[in-house]
Amino acid sequence: MLNIVWPFFIVISFCFAIFSGNIEKLNSSIFESTQNVINLTINLLGTMCLWNGIIKIAENTKIIDTLSKVLKPIIRFLFPELKNNKRIQKEISMNMIANILGLGNAATPLGIKTMESMDKENVNKERLSDSMMMFIVINTASIQIIPTTVIAIRNSLGSENSTLIVFPVWIATILAAIARNNCNKNSY
Amino acid sequence: MKFIFFISNIAMPMIILIIVIYGMKERKNVFDIFLDGAKEGIKITFNIFPTLIGLFVAIGALKSSGIFDLINYIVSPILNIIHFPSELMPLAILRPISGSSSIAIATELMRNYGVDSNLGKIASTIMGSTETTLYTIAIYTSCIKIKKTRHILLAALCADLVGIITSVVVCNIMF
Repeated sequence: MLNIVWPFFIVISFCFAIFSGNIEKLNSSIFESTQNVINLTINLLGTMCLWNGIIKIAENTKIIDTLSKVLKPIIRFLFPELKNNKRIQKEISMNMIANILGLGNAATPLGIKTMESMDKENVNKERLSDSMMMFIVINTASIQIIPTTVIAIRNSLGSENSTLIVFPVWIATILAAIARNNCNKNSY
Repeated sequence: MKFIFFISNIAMPMIILIIVIYGMKERKNVFDIFLDGAKEGIKITFNIFPTLIGLFVAIGALKSSGIFDLINYIVSPILNIIHFPSELMPLAILRPISGSSSIAIATELMRNYGVDSNLGKIASTIMGSTETTLYTIAIYTSCIKIKKTRHILLAALCADLVGIITSVVVCNIMF
């Protein structure tokens, strides 16, 4: 995708700069940009390391198992087809918890395993089942308690209060998730 | 409103505390595990570094060429109706497509307009509340070799749109 977008950006901006007489500004912006990336990366490094360390601890404990019990009723509601399949229900809840805790590295392998289990139950192998669609949709919803990457970036840019956006993120995530589930359910 | 700020502030320290206590309860070598993870953090940061260089240069070029002024001039009457800042357009378009490039764009926005400005906060909220939709769908459909994906892409993109608009509205109300 970026193989199309990136050259497109370059070509458009260079042509437009010549056309609008901004070539001098363009020239200095090129070197300024690389300098900015260096500063950003150095600042980002600290927070990224801290969070990955914390997340690694969570991956190594049974915190996911414990929390997944809380999700049982929600999963029964979202996946009515699977109400008799305890094993897939558990796999789904573990994936959801990993997502909620922001454990992207743990969530993806768990999710792939769940998709494979659901595929075995799928009647028409060519086509996504309703539960599979619901599952993918939930995974595109970014249901996260702490948006760690954004906070790391805000920190690195010297924000006075880098966690201030946590609450608005929750509201936006929840509304997007509701929209997702409605789009999905109504179009069956 | 004070309570909301309090929740925003306490959420992160609480999560760290709970996770560390959990690790201690299970008698894990918490610090060794932490170090392992932190090492991965270095790798992740350096992996996105080339993408950041490429896109920062491209975005910087776009901006200095003056083309955004032209685009703003054309689309701002429509966006003004819903109070959507036109500076956020590139972010809104690239967010579902590419994770690293949307990180780069959001960072550029925050750096330029101020990380604590309204625009910076909206960009942060958009980044936190949406996902790289296309990537996720690609992974989960390719692992089981399915051909008919039905309307999943449309449903996911609609939800992204809701997430982005909500981010703008909530931030405008709150801050």
